[in-house]
Amino acid sequence: MSERVVYMDNNATTRVAPEVVEEMLPYFSELYGNPSSMHSFGGQVGRKIAEARERIAALIGAQPEEIIFTSCGTESDSTAILSALQSQPGKRHVVTTRVEHPAVKNLCEHLDKLFGHKHRVTALPVDREGLLDLEQYEKSLTEDTAIVSVMWANNETGVIFPIEEMAALARERGILFHTDAVQAVGKIPINLAEVPVDFLSISGHKLHAPKGVGVLYVRKGTPFFPFLVGGHQERGRRGGTENVASIIGLGKACELAAQRMNVENTKVRALRDKLEAGLLEKIPHALRNGHKDKRLPNTTSVSFEFVEGEAILLHLDRYGICASSGSACTSGSLEPSHVLRAMGVPFTMAHGSIRFSLSVYNTEEEVDFVLDKLPPIIANLRELSPFWQAEHRGAVGGAGCKCSCSS
Amino acid sequence: MWEYTDKVKDHFLNPRNVGEIEDPDGVGEVGSLACGDALKLTFKLGPDGRIADAKFKTFGCASAIASSSALTEMIKGLTLEEAEKITNEDIANYLGGLPKEKMHCSVMGREALEAAIANYRGQPLPMAQGEVVCECFGVTDLEIKRAVAESNLTSVEEVTNFTKAGGGCGKCHDRIMELILEVRKEQHAERKPAEKPKRLTNIQKIKLIEEVLEREIRPALRKDGGDIELIDVDGDVVMVSLRGACSSCVASQTTLKEYVEKKLRELVTDTLVVEEVRQ
Ligand SMILES: Cc1ncc(COP(=O)(O)O)c(C=O)c1O
Repeated sequence: MSERVVYMDNNATTRVAPEVVEEMLPYFSELYGNPSSMHSFGGQVGRKIAEARERIAALIGAQPEEIIFTSCGTESDSTAILSALQSQPGKRHVVTTRVEHPAVKNLCEHLDKLFGHKHRVTALPVDREGLLDLEQYEKSLTEDTAIVSVMWANNETGVIFPIEEMAALARERGILFHTDAVQAVGKIPINLAEVPVDFLSISGHKLHAPKGVGVLYVRKGTPFFPFLVGGHQERGRRGGTENVASIIGLGKACELAAQRMNVENTKVRALRDKLEAGLLEKIPHALRNGHKDKRLPNTTSVSFEFVEGEAILLHLDRYGICASSGSACTSGSLEPSHVLRAMGVPFTMAHGSIRFSLSVYNTEEEVDFVLDKLPPIIANLRELSPFWQAEHRGAVGGAGCKCSCSS
Repeated sequence: MWEYTDKVKDHFLNPRNVGEIEDPDGVGEVGSLACGDALKLTFKLGPDGRIADAKFKTFGCASAIASSSALTEMIKGLTLEEAEKITNEDIANYLGGLPKEKMHCSVMGREALEAAIANYRGQPLPMAQGEVVCECFGVTDLEIKRAVAESNLTSVEEVTNFTKAGGGCGKCHDRIMELILEVRKEQHAERKPAEKPKRLTNIQKIKLIEEVLEREIRPALRKDGGDIELIDVDGDVVMVSLRGACSSCVASQTTLKEYVEKKLRELVTDTLVVEEVRQ
């Protein structure tokens, strides 16, 4: 491994901010009390958790009582969707999208097994830019719809969905609305006083807090069924002794995110734009995935035709550059990412997609470093590629490939 | 992150024999852009009939590039008869092993070699002759059966790792399982042509069940203060009643399935189902 690390994979996970670590440390050592205890040694921990709850609520325009701590974004997603179905046993329809994170996608695909009866799941398509058709969304809402679960921002492309409008349309019809805002919180302003969602998921490790802590926001008055049943923690809404240090860390991270929201949308955005523009300019046959503007300020997904993503990542790794790919080979599955396929990105492009996701810790010098290193890597791999010569575009030899997913 | 051996990394970062031989004696092209990996192999024979030079171009991940590079190194200096014997396992071994999900990369190397040799000899591609089973990745039954036989594959997942077949829409999973069973049966038939599976008559079956209960099962249950009685046998369903300590034991269902049924399946026939009749 190279000594230098240029970390541009912040949608996968982020560095825990030093300020966050500092805030957490005492709760691993001296202040180890249980917040539920009657003694004041534990009680002081409880007060610190209350503070974290307030800080998180403040970042998203919520009330502290609407914050439930969970173990991760995935738990928050599961809790919200299963709760909505349990609280409305007569309704058997779920509306979601084709580009959700597996935390929502796989859950929706397994509802029948979990509940032992049939559900209808509408997974809304997206267009070539990754956007939803609102008219089609509106038409998909029925009397039988129990919940809509639509991510606020996509983890692979950064594309942002119009959650405010979508939630309002669901609200008019009395349908519960959940949004997986794991990638959005901390990167773009969110004010739940104005956006009528019922549930919202947050994951700590995407905004410079530790891994293994999350939040489910549940709007006051929304019927709720706990996912983990046990003690009276979280006012009976989520059993299990609190992950104290991480919760306190998440509170601090949310406070920092509020302060840095401006940096995220100016400096980070400018760095991302420079990186993206540079790559598209320096490398022929390269294409941005996702709408140019309706996007998180930190994310860019670029496809390089005729080369394969894993090979690109391993070359980048030699320079300590961390990114990720929607190629099939990196995930161990054989087909490229479901997000890029849903967008209709051609296979020739999808296999060679690379996602860079920045954070406030990235510098312009790092962007220049990537712009310097990546073009020759792509050129070299293209030299190796049998498709690079103009006459060899598309399939060669063998028993022809009719991928089911190219539709 | 994949765990690649140093040899894989070396061949990926410093691939040997990249390019295309001008005026080659044999050309083999397999895979496609849509499938995520593709390989074009060219070779030239020397006056002694041995492979004098081999070059490749590959689109794909690190292990695809490394497998191609290894292949060209391995075949140089061989006669076509020798080269023909190289299997995908040989390629993987040359690289010090590949992650199991990446075995298909070595299979692609071997198939390109076969295609190139067939091309030289003016013969049709042997593996493309079969019926296409996996439409997504264009894999034929012959390719699948060969991988199953040579690498002793037992599950659809393994077949996908080796050949990519079944890695797309999944519609062909049943057919792949059939092919695995077919190969198993063929191998079985080769090994023991004489032995026919036993078919018990009903009387024989009931007698045997009684015998096993008496000889094997009751003594074991009695040790714990329990007992068992055979009530009836209907087809493959063996109805029993638990007695003594067993009848009130909370673990009695486990005893029935884990012990009684297992023993009966082992010693009588493996389709039996044991059920408890409460009296
Ligand atoms: C959009 C989205 N939802 C959910 C998750 C899952 O979060 P966690 O890793 O905390 O379970 C992730 C992170 O990978 C994500 O990007």
